[in-house]
Amino acid sequence: MALKRIGTQTVKLSNPPSMVSTASIVGPKEGDGPLKDYYDVILEDDLWGEESFEKAEAKIQEEAIKLAIQNADLSPNQIEYLFSGDLLNQITSSGYAARQLEIPYFGLYGACSTMTESLSLGAMIIDGGFADKVVCATSSHFSSAERQFRFPLEYGAQRPFSSQWTVTGAGAVVLSSTGNGPYITYVTTGRIQDYGITDANNMGAAMVPAAIDTITRHFKDTGYNPEDYDLIITGDLASIGKNVLLDLMRKEGYDLSNNYTDCGVEIFDNVRQDTHAGASGCGCAAVVLSAYIYEEMLKGNLNRVLLVATGALHSPISVLQNESIPGIAHGITIDNMIF
Amino acid sequence: MEKMSNKEYQKYIEERIPKPTYAKNMIFAFIVGGSICVFGQIIGNILSRYGLDKEKVASGTSILLVLTGAFLTGIGVYDKIGKVGGAGAAIPITGFANSLVSPAMEFKREGFIFGVASKMFNIAGPVLVYGVGSSVVVGILYIVLAGGG
Amino acid sequence: MEYLKAFIVGGLLCVIGQIILDTTKLTPAHILLIFLISGVVLGAIGWYEPLIKFGEAGATVPISGFGYTLSKGAIDGAKSNGVIGAFMGGLKSTAGGIAAAILFGYIMAIVSEPKTKS
Repeated sequence: MALKRIGTQTVKLSNPPSMVSTASIVGPKEGDGPLKDYYDVILEDDLWGEESFEKAEAKIQEEAIKLAIQNADLSPNQIEYLFSGDLLNQITSSGYAARQLEIPYFGLYGACSTMTESLSLGAMIIDGGFADKVVCATSSHFSSAERQFRFPLEYGAQRPFSSQWTVTGAGAVVLSSTGNGPYITYVTTGRIQDYGITDANNMGAAMVPAAIDTITRHFKDTGYNPEDYDLIITGDLASIGKNVLLDLMRKEGYDLSNNYTDCGVEIFDNVRQDTHAGASGCGCAAVVLSAYIYEEMLKGNLNRVLLVATGALHSPISVLQNESIPGIAHGITIDNMIF
Repeated sequence: MEKMSNKEYQKYIEERIPKPTYAKNMIFAFIVGGSICVFGQIIGNILSRYGLDKEKVASGTSILLVLTGAFLTGIGVYDKIGKVGGAGAAIPITGFANSLVSPAMEFKREGFIFGVASKMFNIAGPVLVYGVGSSVVVGILYIVLAGGG
Repeated sequence: MEYLKAFIVGGLLCVIGQIILDTTKLTPAHILLIFLISGVVLGAIGWYEPLIKFGEAGATVPISGFGYTLSKGAIDGAKSNGVIGAFMGGLKSTAGGIAAAILFGYIMAIVSEPKTKS
């Protein structure tokens, strides 16, 4: 009998794990954006002294994990599990980062939804009594993602207005069975939603139905309403997706216009930084959570947040084969207090 | 979302995608593309002045334009020209050079055989396949039609 | 005058490409192919020649000019050497550009590093 399940897709954690520390490392462009005062480390050069962008991404993730552990006054050998993922083939950045850390490692792929996927699993593992301390982390890198999913960097192609800019950065969160919050109190696991969008330059549109499904399911399962949250924030739907979500949620009977935004809208100043629709990538939700949301919760400016990271589960091969883009969204509730 | 079918959703999204700035893109494509062609004309005229015959001028111009495109790609300028000029930067033969050099540079870290040399034709390969292939078809058709008639 | 003609003809060809690019979901790589094949076909039926007479580099520098050179080479080859000539002609007439692209492409790839976009 699964006592912690409520509704059809949600788990109510009975011993909510505490987010005892976070760390965020971002590239120079992100560090020039509106959230620049929140990040722990802003790199001057996105190669960070490495030979390749892939190596740089692994280093960014590894350093973010180390920094988060250090911020919690812990050492890596006190961490029982590492849950991490990234966008590259076979999630190599995460594997190489975990190689140095010697923490038992679960590698995850949920595309840009990986941050809440890792936090969902980490939180349930702790709540279930299988671990006391876990780290959840994700990373992405503009230049490594660009060549895998789009064109070489020096290729002279124009980016459509619906395209998004992959975040260079990593976020890491240490979860602990003890601590003073903020706590992860609910986990709503998403179902794949695919409305037949095939345009990889419009990922926001492909992921909106998944976000809507997860958010409405979360409200139905928990009995909460949008007003119960200080902030409802999706992963990387960007500007087009954000407006579509607001519009379609209204049709579902939920008005989110007062307290909803999207991580992909917050990271860059789209006009000044020429990022078109906004940000995307595993690092997008990860750094917004680790930097902005976490700090605002500690300050008490936000007390209850619903974070719904969204992922587009396509590959360059599936796009070439004209397959549509399956969307996924996982939601977690972060509370400053437990009832 | 249950009320919406896939088709309805796709149509709904299509209406919400911001349209490209058509006029601005066309003007820049015209200026950038036209300028590259003028540059080609200048090269051709200089080569003619040195007494090269028509065929050598044509080949020499191609070679020098390809060199220019490759060089501008290498120093990281051609992607910026492409961003402004769009098709104006893609269609001239300098754009062909860009499509060849950019993946070659990018994949250098995968080695000089399976990286540089094999990835070089990632984007430009189809141009050679369809260009050379169709030219042979044209040549053979010419023989068939001329021989028959 | 010839510079102005080259500018206008080349510019207009690129505008056609830009319109296709902006009104469809095709990538620049598709546009390159469309223009190339158009050049081959128009060259074969003799419609590209007048454009080159008028626009000179404005018609030869775009990739459609490359297609024209390929098909003209193949036809010339077929005229003088039959079927074998049809096979050889296209590449022969464009050999300079292709060899240059391969050699310079290789050299540039060796000496330069891709840079992150800002």
